[in-house]
Formats: sequence, structure tokens, C-alpha cells
Amino acid sequence: MKNNFKKFLTLGLAGIMAVGLTACGGNESSSSKTSSGSSSNNTSSTSSEDNASSTDKLSGKLTINGSTSMEKVVKALNEAFIAKNSDVSIDLIASGSGTGIKQAQEGRADIGTSSRKLKDSETGLTATNIAVDGVAIIANKEVGVEDITLEQLGQIYNGEIKNWKDLGGADSNIVVIGREEGSGTRGAFEDIVTGGEAAKAYAQTLDSTGAVINAVSTTPGAIGYASLANVDDTVLSLKIDGVEATDETIKDGSFKVQRPFVFAIKEGNDSELIQAYVDFVLSDEGQEIVQAQGLTKVK
Amino acid sequence: MAIIKASAEAIAANSSSETEKLASVKKHKPKNTIIGVGNGLTEKIMHIVFLICSSVAIIALLLITIYMISSGAPIISKVGLKDFIFGDKWAPTKEIFGISPMILTSVFGTIAAILIGVPIGLMTSVFLAEIAPKSVVKVVQPAVELLAGIPSVIYGLLGAMIIKPLSYKIEMLVFKDNPEHIYTGGANMFSAVIVLAIMILPTIINISRTAIIAVPEEYREASYGLGATHIQTIFKVILPAAKSGIATAVVLGVGRAIGEAMAIILVAGNMANMPEAFNSVKFLTTGVVQEFAYSSGVHREALFGIGLVLFVFIMIINIVLNLILKGKAKAK
Repeated sequence: MKNNFKKFLTLGLAGIMAVGLTACGGNESSSSKTSSGSSSNNTSSTSSEDNASSTDKLSGKLTINGSTSMEKVVKALNEAFIAKNSDVSIDLIASGSGTGIKQAQEGRADIGTSSRKLKDSETGLTATNIAVDGVAIIANKEVGVEDITLEQLGQIYNGEIKNWKDLGGADSNIVVIGREEGSGTRGAFEDIVTGGEAAKAYAQTLDSTGAVINAVSTTPGAIGYASLANVDDTVLSLKIDGVEATDETIKDGSFKVQRPFVFAIKEGNDSELIQAYVDFVLSDEGQEIVQAQGLTKVK
Repeated sequence: MAIIKASAEAIAANSSSETEKLASVKKHKPKNTIIGVGNGLTEKIMHIVFLICSSVAIIALLLITIYMISSGAPIISKVGLKDFIFGDKWAPTKEIFGISPMILTSVFGTIAAILIGVPIGLMTSVFLAEIAPKSVVKVVQPAVELLAGIPSVIYGLLGAMIIKPLSYKIEMLVFKDNPEHIYTGGANMFSAVIVLAIMILPTIINISRTAIIAVPEEYREASYGLGATHIQTIFKVILPAAKSGIATAVVLGVGRAIGEAMAIILVAGNMANMPEAFNSVKFLTTGVVQEFAYSSGVHREALFGIGLVLFVFIMIINIVLNLILKGKAKAK
């Protein structure tokens, strides 16, 4: 009797294992099939439904692709939008501003998100600014300098100015801190400060805003950059060309180290759903979300 | 940790003739004991169950190997193996992929950590196994074992809090008269090596201690009998007798150091510079960890390329370890 039970148990275990092993591979492929299938169904049905029903209830599917820097804020906006319109689904992929714009042009994405202004060569699109990302320049509290010019900032990051005393501050070496390659904040900073080239004098690159702020606050003579919203009083926020980084100076453009967050939509692609989404993002509610993500409102 | 212990114990068992005898006795499996009912079917089924379990590890290894090669090889062939491995500029967003600074940093960082960590670790293990009174061992031994279990990121945090500022002070002294130097604020090769050296200590201490304890008591007695002092015995008899275990400890230390990322990402500075003591440097591991989140397209492919290079490194280390152990076993 006991032996039979053992047999049963071992057989059962072996069976479970075999199922478990095969299930991994099998499930994946089948689920991906169904999702891709349903998505194509959705998009094809979207336009017809939109035209047919003139009711207020929105439905269908939006595809958004673009900037990795904007991924977080767009995700938050999507969640709020879907909470209000439960029949809408939004596909968000973040594969870079350039890709997003290109996909919007080709009609493969409804909205291309870009964390820079559209280039002159990127035509056929309507660009809508939805937020501004201000990059605050921060320094260790002991440096003795509060105001530098944009040019000096570039010289610091390229290693041409190496000591705070050259800027009228303390006799302390400048330790240049920044973000890692590929970071959106770094991209924005280098676009404005070093003309799009990688800064030459990086001493440390860190992979989060918090780490940069921490390193700047604890390293004597350190300078760094971070999204304005994350900057706290452990570090000194430097004035650039005499302008302090605040929501107001970023909004009116007088604080130079900033970049727009843009929705690029193909001209003529003005379905009800896209329009409703953009309206929502620009509404008070949408702009509150933008602000909660540490960005500056455009309205 | 369990793997390290098991391998250490295996070595200990090898050099101890008594345990060998025991093992050979165990190999004769009893056909019909009181508990085993000797049912052929159960035996067979359990054999299969064991086979399936052990193949999980093999399958995982195979999958990792295939995946690393298939996702890492394309970028290497695109950039060219020579340019990828020997190129000295890493600017992934400009599509320049040369990882020689990272390779050299990983290699020299590991060598330096071993040069610092092995003597200290070995002396500690000798102390624990041969010299220290039992009451001291009772305190130090658990402490060392605990050290092995501390997550590596904690080492990194402490390195950032304690070693980084110290290292910056040394840096400022060394480069006082050199206006060209880019100050790292203490996040440099030097700090990373110190953190790595401390991190590999427990591995080295635990494994070499096991090897030293496994040296048969007769060796010691013979040495004393010939008039050798305690210290002479340690250096002339015990350490040579335990050398294969110590070699294992060193190679495992190398493996731990070269594969470490979290502990050093906070103290290395993470710029792909050539490895000099006070340069901000990027290891193969930290390069992948740091850039993965925001990378896309070819940049991400290049990170897989780095992963493949690292994978090959670890493979080489393991093969070397096996060769050393086999060679030593034959020599005996």
C-alpha cells in the first residue's frame, strides 16, 4: 500500500515537472499571439466605431511611441485618461524621441513623443508642447559661487575651468558629476550646454537623479545637474546668467537649461480619440499630473 | 556561498585519506536494507526525477549560453571584433563602441584586488586555523561567515561613505601640482579596488581555512618532530600542503571580483577611462548595469556584447580553475 502511494507520488511529481517545463515555452508564444491578434482587431475597429457612434463615450486604441525621458509622465497621463475612459487602451513604447517622431510621420504611432523641439527636417507633423523639463544646475554648498554663465558651465563640463576660485569661489577643485550615457536628462543638458557633444570632464556618472544629488551634496567641490523637481536643500541650485531655476523662469524661458516635451501628431490624423487625449493632457487635470511628475506646466 | 563551501569541502575530502575511505565504503550501496523495499519501478522513476532535476541546471546554462551569443554576437560582428575589443572610445549614443577601457579596468581591478585581498585573507585563515585560541575563533569565524553573506550593495554604500572621501583626500595630495588632472571626488579605480579587496576576503578566508584544517595532523607532528617551529611549519609544510585549496580560493575570489557590479558602481565613477589609480573608471559589469535602463537600439545590443565578453571571461576563469585542480591532482 505504502509502496503504491510512493509510486503515485513520484509519478505525479514527474508529471508536474514535465508540465511545468513545457508550459514555460508554450504559454509565452500563445499569449503573444493572442495579444498581437487582439491589437490588430482593435485598431481596425476603432475608426469605424468612432465614426458610427456619436456618443461621448470614447473607445479604441492609441499608440504612443517616443522619448524615454517622457515615458514616466506619459504613463501617468495614460493611467488618468484610462480611468476616465475605460474603453480606451493605450500602447506606450519608449524607444527614443527620434524613433517616436519617425513613427508618427509614418503613421505607425498615433502620437510621437519627443523631449526636444522638432527639427526643421521633421515635417508633416503638428507639434504640441505639453510640458517643460527644467534641468537645474546644482553644486556642493561649500563652493562659494552662486551664479555662473551658460558659457562657464560649458567650460566646466569640458574641463577648461577646473577650480571654483577661477569663478570667484572657494579654492576647491571642481568635480564634474552627471548622468550615464542614454539618460534623457543628460541628453537635454548636453544639447544646451555642450552643443550636443558628450562633456569631456565627467568625473562621475551616476544612474539616477537621487544619486547625483547625493554625490553632489557629499563631494567637496562637486557640480551636477538634475530635474528641478527633485532638487532639495542639501545642494545649492546655481543661477545661470543670473536667473534662478524656478517654475516661473522655466515657463517664461529665461532659465536656459530646459527642454520642451512635445507631442508630434501627423497632420490630418485628427481622430476624436487623439484629440480628446491631447485636450486631456492640456487640461488643468492633465497639467496637474505633469507638475506632479516634476515638470513645469505649459498652461 | 553554498557552492563555494561544497567545493571547499570536496577539496578537503580529497586531501584527507580518512574521509576517502569513508566515501568508498558508502559507495557500495546495500541491495536490500530494512527500509528500502527494493522495488525496481520506484528506483527507475526516481532516477528519472533526479535526471530531470539535474537537467534544469544544464538547460539553464545552455539557454544562457545560446541567448548571450545570439544577442551579443550581432553587435560584435557589426562593429568588428577588433574594434569592439580593442577600441578605446566608448560613446554609445554616438555609436562608437570600443570596450578596451572596460576590459582593462575589469582585468587590472581584479588583479589589484587579488594582490591586496589574498595576502590578508590567507593570513587571516592561517590565524584562524592554526594560531588563534578557540575562544577567539568562536568570535571571528562567525563574523567572517557573516561578512560573506552581506549583500554587495552594502559594501558599495560603505565604500561611498567611508572610502570615497578618504580616496579623494589622497587624490588631492597626489595631484596637487598637476593642473591637467580631472578630479574624481574619490570615485575612482583606487576606491573600487579597495572595496573589491574587502569583498573577496570572506571567500578567500573561508575556503583556505577549510583547506588548511584538512591538512592531516601527521604532517604537523612530523614537522615538529624534525625540530621546526610553529611558524616554519605553517609556511613550509601546511601552506604547501593546502595549496590546491588556496588556489581554488584565489580563483573563486577572481570570479567574485570580476563579476561584481553593485558594490563598485557607487565608487568607481563610471567613465570609460583607461585604468589608472585615480581615474574615474567603468568596469564591464557596471557598464551594463548603469546604461541598461535608458539604452535602446544598437546601444542596448552593445551592452549585450559586453555581457558576452564578460561571459567568455568567466568561462575562461572556470576552465583555468579546472585545469589547475586537475593538474594538481595528477601531480599528487
